[in-house]
Amino acid sequence: MKNEDLYNYVLRLGDDSLILGQRLGEWCGHGPILEEDIAMTNISLDLIGQAMSLLDYAGVLDGQGKDHDALAFLRFENEYRNALLLEQPNGDFANTMMRQFLFDAFRKPLYEKLLESTDMQIAAIAEKSLKETRYHLKHTSEWVIRLGDGTDESHQRAQTALDLLWRYTDELFFQTEEDTTLISLGMVPSMSEIKAEWSKTVLSVLEEATLVIPTNNWQFEGGRRGMHSEHLGFLLADLQYMQRAYPNMKW
Amino acid sequence: MKTMDLQELEKRFQEKIDKEIKIEPNDWMPDEYRKTLIRQISQHAHSEIVGMLPEGNWITRAPNLRRKAVLLAKVQDEAGHGLYLYSSVETLGADREATIDDLHSGKAKYSSIFNYPAVTWADIGTIGWLVDGAAIMNQVALCRCSYGPYARGMVKICKEESFHQRQGFESLVTLCNGTPTQKAMAQDAMNRFWWPALMMFGPSDDESPNSAQSMKWKIKRFSNDELRQSFVDATVPQAEILGLTIPDPNLKWNEETGHYDFSPINWDEFWQVVNGNGPCNKERIEARTKAKEEGMWVREAAMAYAEKRALKKTA
Repeated sequence: MKNEDLYNYVLRLGDDSLILGQRLGEWCGHGPILEEDIAMTNISLDLIGQAMSLLDYAGVLDGQGKDHDALAFLRFENEYRNALLLEQPNGDFANTMMRQFLFDAFRKPLYEKLLESTDMQIAAIAEKSLKETRYHLKHTSEWVIRLGDGTDESHQRAQTALDLLWRYTDELFFQTEEDTTLISLGMVPSMSEIKAEWSKTVLSVLEEATLVIPTNNWQFEGGRRGMHSEHLGFLLADLQYMQRAYPNMKW
Repeated sequence: MKTMDLQELEKRFQEKIDKEIKIEPNDWMPDEYRKTLIRQISQHAHSEIVGMLPEGNWITRAPNLRRKAVLLAKVQDEAGHGLYLYSSVETLGADREATIDDLHSGKAKYSSIFNYPAVTWADIGTIGWLVDGAAIMNQVALCRCSYGPYARGMVKICKEESFHQRQGFESLVTLCNGTPTQKAMAQDAMNRFWWPALMMFGPSDDESPNSAQSMKWKIKRFSNDELRQSFVDATVPQAEILGLTIPDPNLKWNEETGHYDFSPINWDEFWQVVNGNGPCNKERIEARTKAKEEGMWVREAAMAYAEKRALKKTA
């Protein structure tokens, strides 16, 4: 492998985009308002586009001639490196918006820092993706506030979503020992910087939304090491269906 | 209003139409013209929205990321078309939510083609090629519709639809140049979608009661049968390029007429599907009704929040 440390890092980014993009696509045709149906598929489309760029680059770093499709469709479950948060089922609209918000608040500062990466390819992908992610964060922040400070029912639903998803947030800031080498080379930022930015955004939006961080702060992790929830298998069954049922064909 | 006035208004209205002057939302128009347009445009909007469902089914199962992105973008376009069309309906004084309720109650119709299931990946390419292809035949003519907002909306819609039609065709080219399994998948989709696609143009001219008035008002420019014939004539050579067989033993070129002859359409099937007995009528309406019901609390929350904000501003 040409650069295993960077490959692993880029694979995590690519898998996050891929798995969340796949989840959001499930909403198509079923959104609560036509405008939101469009918004969710739009975010899905952006994420699938990001996954293509990131997984292509991961394939280059891997050096075995794999393209984005080989990586997206032909790995086994324990080879995916997405955070557990992103494979969680859509649930209701509050749950989908909360999951997206918690992720966007992480992705925006991450891309802002990756813009300064000494790796030109990463910097270029970050530049394109940051424009999209800014819109996503604006959109989801507004919805979290609207739902939290809307009706009693929407407040309750938003709080339930936050209670459920909070325990998957720490894993977003997962960092390996190998990552420290990449950090010292100026290729990627330290996750502590990203977490500080994330906390600032999350706290201010949740406050405006009149939502409270759950007192149970137990945190799950595993996705970054390939230890996934039961949900991922079903997601992959859909995602990989065609490639597995009709192997080695061009589509 | 006096009868004379009304006659005079109707005369002036028809003169404008005859001179190809567009009718705009604030212009006077006969009630029947308004009603016809509300019915036609809202049914067109419903078709776009219901049409998202069969294709949307395949977003999570698209065979590669490029096809997934293309399909997402396509279905998103359909939702966008629905939005413009509902907005056009609103310019005629109709309420968007009320027209949607008519869809859910079964009072308003939508294109019957979406009551057929999309069961394989080849159906996605075939829907793009044949269904969007048939829709374009209708819609290109609607770009010159006498009602301004509808005609202008249709210009943008047609650009996107013709893109979808080419994407669908390109997807089928890939299948037809692929393995025998892929080719068979494409032929199977063709066998299932050909006749429903021809039915998209509606009943034969002699069975189409509203057509004459719509032609006079230039809401419609060509008859159902004329559009259907143009579609067949345009599509047969495309099927030949793909190497797919059209499932009609009587399809042949007629030197005399300069058109393809084809078998009579099974109108019994058409009316059964229109009246609720298609393979997916129930599922489609259930999915749309569920989206509306389950989204109620979201819309209420958005309204409540907007009111709170407005109060804070004035306080």
